[in-house]
Amino acid sequence: MQRLIGLSPLILFLIVSVGLGLGLANDPRKMPSTLIDKPIPSFTLPPLEKGGANFSSDDLKGKIALLNVFAPWCGSCRVEHPLLMALARSGEVPIYGLNWKDQRGDGARWLAANRSPYVRVGDDRSGRFGIDLGVSGVPETFVIDRTARIRLRHAGPVTDEIWRTSFAPLLADLEKRR
Amino acid sequence: MLLLPVALFALSSPVRAVTPDEMLKDPVLEARARAISQKLRCVVCQNQSIDDSNAPLAHDLRILVRERLTSGDTDAQTTSFIVARYGNFVLLQPPFQLDTLLLWAGPAIFLMVTALGFWRHFARPSVAVPATSPFTRDEQERLDALLNSGSSP
Repeated sequence: MQRLIGLSPLILFLIVSVGLGLGLANDPRKMPSTLIDKPIPSFTLPPLEKGGANFSSDDLKGKIALLNVFAPWCGSCRVEHPLLMALARSGEVPIYGLNWKDQRGDGARWLAANRSPYVRVGDDRSGRFGIDLGVSGVPETFVIDRTARIRLRHAGPVTDEIWRTSFAPLLADLEKRR
Repeated sequence: MLLLPVALFALSSPVRAVTPDEMLKDPVLEARARAISQKLRCVVCQNQSIDDSNAPLAHDLRILVRERLTSGDTDAQTTSFIVARYGNFVLLQPPFQLDTLLLWAGPAIFLMVTALGFWRHFARPSVAVPATSPFTRDEQERLDALLNSGSSP
């Protein structure tokens, strides 16, 4: 017993170290979304170009889809662009785009130059809808299920690894449920 | 001469990011907006409040706070509006609830444990340890003789 008490500073140090170590392993940038399992807030956004169709929450009902928040000024978005294009080509899941805080209106031009993986794009010029989604930067990608609920939010570019470990299993699971 | 820069430093207030065009005309509402903003974390910079941060998102959230206040929300409603979208992490002062109990109570518990340790160590009379000499009697006598002879100048 005496030995245990004598060792208590060391034991306490180890406990605190483990606690702090676990804390440091958490990335504060990966904030959990408060909207998981909640319905996506209803919205209607104008298209990128005049004459196009609006993008609203109704478009997301009844299907499993991805909502990708991007911006033409965003470098990381270019990193995930090839993956999104491959997804779009495979037709595995429809991707809807949210053009976030594009003050200069470069979105349409950027997509025309780089090709668009999106079924439809909404222009969130002020970023106000992004706030409703808890968006803190670009890119962010959401998985929306058939009942228009948000099931997953990934902040940062989607890489092959992340697709394999986070998105693919969820999509497979959602497909199974009818 | 040193007094001048020291005095200026002491009198300077921290730079705020609120621009004049953001500020509300009603001083009461504006004061409430500033107070609420100072308690909300900028999720981009993370260590600054939205009142301090120059990030575009902080600007948007400052505007949003002012809009909510202007439309009649209370301070609590405005804050919950933001928390509903960004989570408890956006509060610079974590709420006192079950999952943050360890965070709040931790330092106090730590202090109590340390205080207990100190008390046990210092307040109790220490057990006298019988002194056992590492030398045999013979060696002790020779040692004493040597030391005594060596001490005389």
